[in-house]
Amino acid sequence: MIDHHALWIVIFGLGIGSYALRFTFLGLIGDRQLPEWLLRHLRYTAVTVLPALVAPQVLWPAGTGGQLDPARLSAACVALLAGVVFRKPIAAIAAGFAALYLVPLITG
Amino acid sequence: MSAYAQSPAPASARRIFLKGVTDGLPFVLVITPFGLLFGVVATEAGLQVHEALTFSVAVIAGAAQFTALQLLQHAAPVLIVLVSALTVNLRMAMYSASLTPYIGAAPLWQRALVAYLLVDQTYACAVTAYEKHPEWTVRDRLAYFFGVAAPIVPPWYLLTLIGARVGDTIPPEWSLDFAVPITFIALVAPMLRTLPHLAACFTAVVLSLLLAGLPWNLGLLAAALLGMMAGAATERHLAGRNLP
Repeated sequence: MIDHHALWIVIFGLGIGSYALRFTFLGLIGDRQLPEWLLRHLRYTAVTVLPALVAPQVLWPAGTGGQLDPARLSAACVALLAGVVFRKPIAAIAAGFAALYLVPLITG
Repeated sequence: MSAYAQSPAPASARRIFLKGVTDGLPFVLVITPFGLLFGVVATEAGLQVHEALTFSVAVIAGAAQFTALQLLQHAAPVLIVLVSALTVNLRMAMYSASLTPYIGAAPLWQRALVAYLLVDQTYACAVTAYEKHPEWTVRDRLAYFFGVAAPIVPPWYLLTLIGARVGDTIPPEWSLDFAVPITFIALVAPMLRTLPHLAACFTAVVLSLLLAGLPWNLGLLAAALLGMMAGAATERHLAGRNLP
């Protein structure tokens, strides 16, 4: 069971800390011009952070205790392919979930 | 001055807000299992309903919330819990920096509100739309951002509440742990349209796998930073070659 005193410290600490992380640049820099080299790096934020967050979970999913799972691996590949082809996140989500639930039915 | 060159009417901001709502709406499907699951897991860990809800309202970041909860359950020291969960959220600082060129000129209170609502889904929708619509004014961009956040953030609170109240275990056969990876892949795949984007993404993925063993999610940060450098370097290289 959880120590409730520690829990409240974590809730407030994490709330304030997360907000600080989100506010830093937006709040403090505002409309001052960022240097070109920094902008060039920031353009690739979304396509690096999110994939780096996901890749280990695709190969070693928490749901299977870290075992490679054909359904999850197929779901990831199908979602990627559908996203690249159709250029719509919602199509990719639908295709990914379809693979996640259909592959176990096919492979038994 | 032409009579047509006036600032956009409120109608345009309203239309763009609604476009944001439409673009944000599909993500309700994704945060539904995730939010419910947090409520359920929190209750199982011994949190009261109001504690689980306060957690979601104060932090609104699923991955960090799950990390903190897991460490708390294993009686990790408070400082370790905070540092680990905040490291998971360090990407938010990158999001904040990435949106600054687009909405940095907005009033401080609006930027403060955007910062609170800045999560993976709102960021990914916003940055995609901003790149696609360079003609949007700062006001349009804010309208869009708040539109996207409207169907995502309030449901996050509500779902935590429902999950905590239901307190029942979702069957593992639903594989809901994988709802988040599928969403993130779905958000990123349509952005992979240029060689620098592909280089950045590929580098980040390979490094995140090689560095997965590092503590406190340092592997994620290193992989993301080096991926961004790979993207920027490729862009420079291509631009240099295309110069007359």
